[in-house]
Amino acid sequence: MSRNKELLSKIGLRLDGRRANELRRIRCKLGVFTEPDGSAYIEQGLTKVLAAVYGPHQVRGQRSKAQHDGALVNCQFSMAVFSTGERKRRPRGDRKSTELSMHLQQALLAAIKTELYPWSQIDVYVEVLHADGGIYPACVNAATLALIDAGIPLKEYVCACTASLANNDVPMLDISHQEEAIGGPTLTVAALPMSGKIVLMEMSQRFHLDHLPKVLEKALQGCKDVKNILDEAVRLHVQDVGSSTGWVIKN
Amino acid sequence: MSKKIHIRLANHRVNSSVAVYSRVPKIFTPGEIITPQNEFMRGHGTYEEDGNLKSSVAGVREQVNNLISIRPLKSRYNGEVGDVVVGRITEVQQKRWKIDTNSRLDSVLLLSSVNLPGGELRRRSVEDEHMMRQYLQEGDLISAEVQSVYSDGSLSLHTRSLKYGKLGQGVLLKVFPSLVKRSKTHFHNLPVGASVILGNNGFIWICPTIVNSEDSVGGFIQNLEEVIPRQQRETIARLRNCILSLTQSKMLVFDTSILYAYEESLKYEICELLQPEAMVDVALLTQQRLCMLEE
Repeated sequence: MSRNKELLSKIGLRLDGRRANELRRIRCKLGVFTEPDGSAYIEQGLTKVLAAVYGPHQVRGQRSKAQHDGALVNCQFSMAVFSTGERKRRPRGDRKSTELSMHLQQALLAAIKTELYPWSQIDVYVEVLHADGGIYPACVNAATLALIDAGIPLKEYVCACTASLANNDVPMLDISHQEEAIGGPTLTVAALPMSGKIVLMEMSQRFHLDHLPKVLEKALQGCKDVKNILDEAVRLHVQDVGSSTGWVIKN
Repeated sequence: MSKKIHIRLANHRVNSSVAVYSRVPKIFTPGEIITPQNEFMRGHGTYEEDGNLKSSVAGVREQVNNLISIRPLKSRYNGEVGDVVVGRITEVQQKRWKIDTNSRLDSVLLLSSVNLPGGELRRRSVEDEHMMRQYLQEGDLISAEVQSVYSDGSLSLHTRSLKYGKLGQGVLLKVFPSLVKRSKTHFHNLPVGASVILGNNGFIWICPTIVNSEDSVGGFIQNLEEVIPRQQRETIARLRNCILSLTQSKMLVFDTSILYAYEESLKYEICELLQPEAMVDVALLTQQRLCMLEE
């Protein structure tokens, strides 16, 4: 099964017509809700994710969790029942979503300047509306946008991207669900693209160690490309909101 | 009773932007270098790395002498002494109430900084401590003023004036704190027959006109028996929808903008004001009138 379909055709096109180093189309929107402090919506190809950020606010519930030296970052990942091919109830606390929540928290903690908010808590909720490969990267990117919308200080953007290795050992960017299913190895990288720091790296299946540097380089390049797209969206959003309020300088 | 429910497709969504693109200042985004020199002091929204001053939020630059800060367009409420806030009691503790003011930590209202019935100089006895829950209990809304800011950023409030105190009948509206314009007074008796309290923290309270002649013992009296006439309630509902349409289009909320929006909204029924087209229309007309006012 694994090799009867080729990930990359002879003329260098993938199943959905992209080249090996092309991302899927990214469309995003900030400030989609009014109730949370910050929110964002992102589409990467057909993968669609909503993110909402509440906080920083007083720690509610288990007050013993509050930290004197920084904010508590609480991430909650969930998938809509209609997000995949087969309709399936996904309880909140199943193993996959718990794992993704923890990975998301790890990536966001690297960027958020938590030390500015002692005794507080920041809640990040992400909901996958349509899963078509690269769920985790889309969640990280959406959460970053939502945090920026909420005005929470970040060291820099945290972006994520996947990469894989096609036949004839060509590295390939931003894997879709179809390509995942055919069965290439997938390397997921979350990084701080400006400083080039990797905050999370995960791999499913395996390839030879010799290929790792070039696949990794590809994934990091992908993160940088994603960052540029997000940056542009943020600038447009700030410009739009600022022009409506008339750029009031606080008096 | 049947209700019309509109479910729109994404491409039928109304763009609520009423932006006037005149001059756009430089926008900074997280991680962007503001200046390579380190002779400047770093303010809010900035941090220093490798000798560079970098931005940590998306917003515009503000400089006071050597102090550079980046102001995000939206954030939690950052209290300042003298601000008027509207808040909700979350907890009753020893000699203090904890109040949710949309700030990053709950604010405190000390028993010693409220006006108890019986005059200024009344001693606060143990009985008063036992009576605290009868004055204010969890879930009550109050208006107050920021007395001081603690070192960890939480606020201390006071209600030592007759205009502050417990809120009775009315409507609470939550907007983003950055959309409430700072002005000399945040209590407005609007000529259309309602009062609004524009809390600096983004909580807006709309209630029937406050009669000042009311014998004033300090605000712990809540008259829930009195029936507000329908006409007044309609005014309040209309005001709420007007403020909602202003904030939907990210316009500033202050007395003039509310009044203009109210006047522009009169051609719509109150319930029609919740439709996106009407909201944008009201916001747009208000924006135009405000622009004319400036010129």
